[in-house]
Amino acid sequence: MRISGRARGGTGAFPTGGDPTGERAGTGWQGHRRPSLQLPQDRAEECASFEETSPGQCFVVIAQVMAEGELPAVLILDIGGTHGILEDIAALLKKHFHLITMKEFLGNKEEMRKKIQSVYVFECRPTIDRELLESLPNLKVIANSGVGVDHLDLKMISSFGVKVTNTPHAVADPTADIGMALMLASARRLVEGCHIALSPGTKYFAVDWLGVEVTRATLGIIGMGSIGYKVAQRARAFNMRILYHNRNRRRKEEEEAVGAHYCAKMEDLLQQSDFVMLVVNLTPETHKLIGKKELGLMKPTATLINISRGAVIDQDALVEALQNKVIRAAALDVTYPEPLPRDHPLLHLNNIIITPHIGTATVHATRMMAEEAIANMLAVLNDQPIPSEVFPK
Amino acid sequence: MESQELPYVLVDCIGGRLGVYEDHLGFLKKHFHLITMKEYLENKTLLSKKIRAIYVWYHKPAINEELLQSLPNLKVVASSGVGIDHLDLKLISSYGVKVSNTPFIVSTDTADMGMALMLASSRRLVEGHEMAVSPDTEYFPADWLGVEVSGATLGILGMGKIGYKVAERAKAFEMKILYHNRNQRKKEEESAVGAVYCKKMDDLLQQSDFVLLAVTLTPQTHKLIGKRELELMKPTATLINISRGLIVDQDALVEALQNKVIKAAALDVTYPEPLPRDHPLLKLKNVIITPHIGSATKKTRWVMMEEMVESIEAGLAGLPIPHEVLP
Repeated sequence: MRISGRARGGTGAFPTGGDPTGERAGTGWQGHRRPSLQLPQDRAEECASFEETSPGQCFVVIAQVMAEGELPAVLILDIGGTHGILEDIAALLKKHFHLITMKEFLGNKEEMRKKIQSVYVFECRPTIDRELLESLPNLKVIANSGVGVDHLDLKMISSFGVKVTNTPHAVADPTADIGMALMLASARRLVEGCHIALSPGTKYFAVDWLGVEVTRATLGIIGMGSIGYKVAQRARAFNMRILYHNRNRRRKEEEEAVGAHYCAKMEDLLQQSDFVMLVVNLTPETHKLIGKKELGLMKPTATLINISRGAVIDQDALVEALQNKVIRAAALDVTYPEPLPRDHPLLHLNNIIITPHIGTATVHATRMMAEEAIANMLAVLNDQPIPSEVFPK
Repeated sequence: MESQELPYVLVDCIGGRLGVYEDHLGFLKKHFHLITMKEYLENKTLLSKKIRAIYVWYHKPAINEELLQSLPNLKVVASSGVGIDHLDLKLISSYGVKVSNTPFIVSTDTADMGMALMLASSRRLVEGHEMAVSPDTEYFPADWLGVEVSGATLGILGMGKIGYKVAERAKAFEMKILYHNRNQRKKEEESAVGAVYCKKMDDLLQQSDFVLLAVTLTPQTHKLIGKRELELMKPTATLINISRGLIVDQDALVEALQNKVIKAAALDVTYPEPLPRDHPLLKLKNVIITPHIGSATKKTRWVMMEEMVESIEAGLAGLPIPHEVLP
């Protein structure tokens, strides 16, 4: 009798390998609600009276079944390829879950649909639509990798009794870092400078080729959540004067710790800042938050940095503002859509830096997001307090 | 005041890509009668005795023995920026001429540039931008990753004004900071930035994820980073240079980058500047090079100019020169 993979229940053999979530101790599966287990058709015949057997006897049979059948099934788009999850992330997930790719699901819907208890959404894929939700009767949770959930229809998902989780902790440091990277690169014209240094036509370096200062300049942060606050912590070390605008004002101690001044009116922040950084969620309220009017309020020497979502900016208004030097420059990690169409005017301006949505694109962050999502999924499936649940408004 | 009474100061040229800035002229002309190199060469007999100071803007004009010999009343050479490796201090001093630089004003911009390079390199910013704007891009691949700066280990070689300001900034990214310097800094200075002294440079090289060079170029620091030092570094490490190109053995660096002995380099300085267009460093994917723009901001360059004016005036008045550089 070959026993492999995770044991069901607290009896019998225990799996090899790490068990960071404590599942081995039985806290996972010994909850009052047993995860439903659907055996593939041929295996079901092997265990005809499955429902009547005791967990111990059942265990013996289950052990002969493929190991994956014991773990809750999670739907993913794909492993590898252009948009699939990374191999080492798949390996992390496989410690706790049986992964079913969209291809496998669509190739065998009848068998797979009842198994799937969770969907792991990575870089907005797979798309969660009504059709998918209707086809997964045992779906409990949509676990998003990343903090933004603007691509998910929270109301609709909730109407199916499905929870949504995100990964706010894993994203904060690397996204704040990218915000700082974009601000510094834009201010000091790093991308342009690199092109000059490498260009075959360069014969000398002009001495009148200048950027603008970051140290002691004024940074206006729009959206002072976890990420915005970490940006403020970093900017403070550059002796920047920090203004911020947020739905809610932060506590005095928090403001003082980073030397941030609250601007109740966003207009005040826009008028005084040398650098304006967008760190808000995308919601109906923040859609096109920065438009022609707002750009017009900014200093002509100011730089706009976006590390939130492309749709927070009215892109057409931004193109116009950059072309007419209403503002000095922009640096965007996010656009709408991503990538932009290749003939989009934003791609042809010389006072813009665009990065391909890499706010969390580090080895470490990708792993941390997966671990945070795993913790969320396990909590939902085991009826435990959920670390990062997102609720519809 | 009539312009004849103002001291005569030699400059290389005015305007254009390499000369003294046009928008600095108003200020300069209030203090000096400027003579360009061209004007001087056309009228040596008259002007050579009048010139009492040289305003060296970005290494021009070059100060050689011939020039020193032909200016009997030269008292001060004011040089822009902090580096003075382009000046033969002993030679200049032998003519009784004093030298000044602008050491403090450049430190914050240069530290900012160091941070900019470190962040850009680690997150593959230049590559990323190219992908975002390339006509061939159809989608952004999911497996395209950089490495984190937050929480990583930064090793600073040279903890002078610039190195220390880099440490101040890096601390806010929760980086672990190691440093190596001729002299250890005071304990309070170390604790303020959480910097740990590495008496042996090798220890710093072995432990750092990012190695940042912020030393002065001297005979001792020439080729400080060579094949041996690069091999001591982690294969996942990045070298950042904001000091002088000659601190690094460039051939050894090319080899190290080609063979993935280290992961990447980000250089604001090379030797020479610019590099010859067929230089291998220009062709490597894992290199960012910027055109020596460590202090290239409007504000800083203005203050540099003001400080140079101040140094020249003090020197001509026989007063102590602010920012004098001794041989």
